[in-house]
Amino acid sequence: MSATITVDTGPLARFKRRRALLQLAAVSISLFMAVPIYLIAVAAFSTRDGLNQFPQPLWPKNFGTQTMETFLSSTGIVAGTINSLIVGVSTLIVSFLVGAPAGYALARFTFRGKDAYQLALLFTRALPIVVLSVPLARAFLATGLYDTPLAVTLLHTALSLPTTILITSSVFLGVSADVEEAARIFGCTPAGAFLRVVLPLALPGIAASSIFTFVTSWNEVLGATILTFSQRTLPAQVLTSLADSPLAYRFAGGLVLVIPSLIFIALMRKYLLNMWGTTIR
Amino acid sequence: MADIKIENLVKIYPGSSELANDNVSMHIADGEFMVLLGPSGCGKTTLLRQIAGLELPTSGAIAIGGRDVTYLPAHKRNLSMVFQSYAVFPHRRVRHNIGFGLAIRKRPRQEIEEKVAWAAELLQLTDYLDRFPAQLSGGQRQRVAVARAIVVDADVLLMDEPLSNLDALLRLSFRSELKRIVEQIGTTTVYVTHDQSEALSLGDQVAVMRKGRITQLGNPLDVYDWPADTFVGGFIGSPPMNFFDGSISGGHLTIGGNQISAPVGLDHLGAVRLGVRAEAIRVADPGTPDCLEGEVLVAEPLGASTLLTVMLGGHQLKVQAKPTIRTRSGDKILLAIDPEAIRVFDPESGVSLLGATRA
Repeated sequence: MSATITVDTGPLARFKRRRALLQLAAVSISLFMAVPIYLIAVAAFSTRDGLNQFPQPLWPKNFGTQTMETFLSSTGIVAGTINSLIVGVSTLIVSFLVGAPAGYALARFTFRGKDAYQLALLFTRALPIVVLSVPLARAFLATGLYDTPLAVTLLHTALSLPTTILITSSVFLGVSADVEEAARIFGCTPAGAFLRVVLPLALPGIAASSIFTFVTSWNEVLGATILTFSQRTLPAQVLTSLADSPLAYRFAGGLVLVIPSLIFIALMRKYLLNMWGTTIR
Repeated sequence: MADIKIENLVKIYPGSSELANDNVSMHIADGEFMVLLGPSGCGKTTLLRQIAGLELPTSGAIAIGGRDVTYLPAHKRNLSMVFQSYAVFPHRRVRHNIGFGLAIRKRPRQEIEEKVAWAAELLQLTDYLDRFPAQLSGGQRQRVAVARAIVVDADVLLMDEPLSNLDALLRLSFRSELKRIVEQIGTTTVYVTHDQSEALSLGDQVAVMRKGRITQLGNPLDVYDWPADTFVGGFIGSPPMNFFDGSISGGHLTIGGNQISAPVGLDHLGAVRLGVRAEAIRVADPGTPDCLEGEVLVAEPLGASTLLTVMLGGHQLKVQAKPTIRTRSGDKILLAIDPEAIRVFDPESGVSLLGATRA
């Protein structure tokens, strides 16, 4: 036998180092997102006295529901939460009823003015919300819609439609036309083929898009503030009373604002990853 | 089951000025297996999609079983189809994929179960009935697509390149299986392919298409033996038909300075284009009369035969020689061509001068 091979472990060491750095980056980013939420949660469940300590402890030493109770019993909070949920869910439904067919058309058909249409879609987003809201407020005042969840829903639907249409069109593009044609060959009407085959296959993507729509609506505050007076959504309610509120109110309010989005995302994520026993996309 | 009649079908896609189908007419008898063969872009898939109702003709007519279906929506035509991409439903188990057409037709549950079991047995899918398509291999997915197509009692079975996504070995074994299944169920079938060997092996009839038109329609061996023009001869057969220039005078063919006897019954004189199949050229022993001398360029042993590329009078010829032949590049060999096997074409248009087919 000739001399054995001398192994250069340099590349392996570099590979390990790179992997460790990647891990570190992933952990740092996760912490960056999670730590503020954690700190707010700790503060929201501290006693009133505990809140005023500095520095704040990293563990909930002074656990108590007093802060939370104060916030939840403040004026308009429960009503605001209900309004926010109504607006968020209605926005989701209306924007899909209107947006999904448009997305489907963009995905399946070529028609004159398709590019111009796609560009024009983004135009609503080009206008600042304030610019949109003031004329809307006037119109809603005239029609009696002002200060209702419906008014906010309409605004949020208008704001979310461009993304809904563009996302659903890419989702429908992902469902092969062959599968739809197969359904029609085997006896489905065009509507039947859509309901039985295209829609089930598009659901994961539509779910992802609905997370986005809901969270956008939940977080939108400027338009909701302008279009309502007593029927405030939660962010609008919290925002308008934030400046002259005690510390406890701010922390508890922050947590309550974050939690529904987190729950919604968690639910949808599970649905996304675990459909038909396979990972899709 | 039903026959298909297509009359003067023209298809122009919106925004295009080219004719995807140019005045196509054909009759497919009840129970017949018709293969539409041609290179990509020849209009064969467009024709199939119009029979399916997935595209609407610009003009012309299609009738299935005597009923006009030209502008009838796909779901009212009572068809079934196997797609190139399989097009199985990813969100349904194999069992429900196969039974899909029956479920839509609202057949009794027991009948659906029986037919699904029968099709699964026929296509060796019994063990996979409760799986999702994502858990199957490509070959198994194609079996599901075929099973789904044969359980419905359709008038016409359409197949759009069903084998082209399978690997070579699987394609060969599934091809014979497909032929057996289609013969067993006896449904009128239209099969689209660009693979000439599939067309020859499967079809009762082959329609060779080019530029939206049918160039030749006939049974596979006739099309192979008597191509209507040089395009068909060059498209069908592996290797394709050899073409070279020659001239005819006084019962003799002149090819690159050599003379051999001309095919009988030919009254054409002057320059012609000749076509000969590789297997109709024989390597002759030295001294044999009426032969052509050529120089071997390449010898490719294929096992069952050896494929020679021979230079003859400025043309390259493919010659299918015996596997036992020992020859190398640069060798001079004698070639004997059976005059009966020579096809004669017009040098300008490429159209056969012997008539498209011989009875």
